Amino acid sequence: MSENKGVMVFCEVSQGKLTSIATELLGGGRKLADDLGQELSAVLVGSGVSGLAQEAIAFGANKVYVVDNPLLKDYQTDSYVIAMEKVVKQVMPQILILGQTAIGRDLAPRLAFRLNTVASLGCLELAIDPQSKLMLQTKPVYGGNAQAVFVSATFPQIATVRAKAMTPLERDQSRKGEVVTIDAGLDPSAIRTRVLEKVSEKLEGIRLEDAKVVVCGGRGIGGAEGFKQLEELAKLLNGAVGATRPPCDNGWYPAGAQIGLTGKIITPDLYIAIALSGSSQHMSGCSGSKVIVAINKDAEANIFREARFGVVGDWKKVLPALASKLKELLAG
Amino acid sequence: MNMVVCIKQVIDPEAPPASFKIDPATNKVVPPPGVAPVVDPYAEYAVEAALKIKDAKGGKVTAVSLGTNLTRDIVKKPLAMGADELILLEDGAFDGGDSWSTAYALAMTIKKLGEYDIILCGREASDWNAGQVGSAIAEILGLPSITLVKKIDIADGKARVERVTDEGYEVIEVSLPVLITVSHEIGEPRYPTIKGIMAAKKKEPVVWKPADIGVEASQVGAAGRRTKLLKLFQPVRGGKCEIVGGESPEEAAVNLALKLRENKVL
Repeated sequence: MSENKGVMVFCEVSQGKLTSIATELLGGGRKLADDLGQELSAVLVGSGVSGLAQEAIAFGANKVYVVDNPLLKDYQTDSYVIAMEKVVKQVMPQILILGQTAIGRDLAPRLAFRLNTVASLGCLELAIDPQSKLMLQTKPVYGGNAQAVFVSATFPQIATVRAKAMTPLERDQSRKGEVVTIDAGLDPSAIRTRVLEKVSEKLEGIRLEDAKVVVCGGRGIGGAEGFKQLEELAKLLNGAVGATRPPCDNGWYPAGAQIGLTGKIITPDLYIAIALSGSSQHMSGCSGSKVIVAINKDAEANIFREARFGVVGDWKKVLPALASKLKELLAG
Repeated sequence: MNMVVCIKQVIDPEAPPASFKIDPATNKVVPPPGVAPVVDPYAEYAVEAALKIKDAKGGKVTAVSLGTNLTRDIVKKPLAMGADELILLEDGAFDGGDSWSTAYALAMTIKKLGEYDIILCGREASDWNAGQVGSAIAEILGLPSITLVKKIDIADGKARVERVTDEGYEVIEVSLPVLITVSHEIGEPRYPTIKGIMAAKKKEPVVWKPADIGVEASQVGAAGRRTKLLKLFQPVRGGKCEIVGGESPEEAAVNLALKLRENKVL
């Protein structure tokens, strides 16, 4: 343990920019590093990413490690694990944090086990224990019914953090830092997978994970036609539409829009839950929403225990009236 | 095509939220009375993925489950869905593990089975939501791993899979053997057929203890953990719901819109 020092953030890059989760992690990582009285470093892995080093410094990193290699253009488990193994073994951080993204969820555990340590995935909060100086890793378990606090005593301590759980620092270009290049020493034959194609599946409008307003329908919507009405409301509010598991299983709405335990986990500012009961499995995907509004004809439905505002009534009658009044208010 | 699917018996995640209780003395969840455990829903997607391959290419599907007090009728569900064999790692020594020690026992089991082309796991399990066992098994067995997969096609000793990404999906090619974790987009798991249920009833699972898979009790379960659970608690849900009323559903809707505006929600 004595040899491991510092907090390291794995910064994801998308379309030539640091992702929002990367800036959030730098903000959160800065706090952890300050609590330990240690340095915060950022790691950039990819092809043509070195230009973003100053950006990572502007968001709070003291040091940036850059692994730039054409073989790292696409994320692949093997190549990224090898690159990060090299970085971690050279830098020996005490803590490594990544985003709870498609990449972070894949990379963190495999890298952790390669390094003979362990990871916690999908954390909401990370803190330094004042006594042990170990990282307390708080994450939802049992589909959000409970939260668990984990510690691990192997180094580095690795965690992935959910989007919007941490706050970025103000971008400050006057911050100074050091940039270090690391050669991944990649052997192409060590990469056992091949990316044949990348498909962008942007549904019309805003991505569910990014939407500030989400309108979600449940079993009570009754069919695909009903979801068209939900889409209209979402459009009006500049939001996105989600669904519980039954509408997805029944083919009323795409599986990619499923919110809940086995689907997506989102944290919008406003979540309008329509004709859904609010099962544990569903709530685990949306309980982090700032305000939940429920429309359900069953006054006993669990969703009313989770919601801030509710209307007890048939959504077919409530929704059109709600949409038209909101339209009027937003226009005014 | 030999496939191994890792499944888990869990507390029913669809149990009423009010029935969820934690025993603070043991940091454990108290199983809700009168609610039977189920096969982890994430694992059912993995079973479905294996059966889809079996439908297309033929082959053998072996389900492996680790735990204690495994209810036979429940853990036999993959057999009823169409899997061929069931192996249970059932011993007190396997209890209380984390992702690492659980994966170690599963990996040693798969090694003992010997012949495998594809190992499938759910992307996580509905109880601890750790999401690491699949990657750990691959690391222990030295196999390539692809996580969050929604479609698998097999041809010429290779798998062509679709992996869900933050933007959409990517198509990845990999030689077998491979470990794959399956996401819900693979499609709704099939229901057991009557024939499948009858066949499952007759089939006795193989039960293995640590010694059967060549591991020491100290390497698995709670003894093999790398993480320590400090605390398990139920988050406090904020506030009470304000029911917005009206003479009619339409009027209630209008009042709700006004309420949202008044509270600056919009």
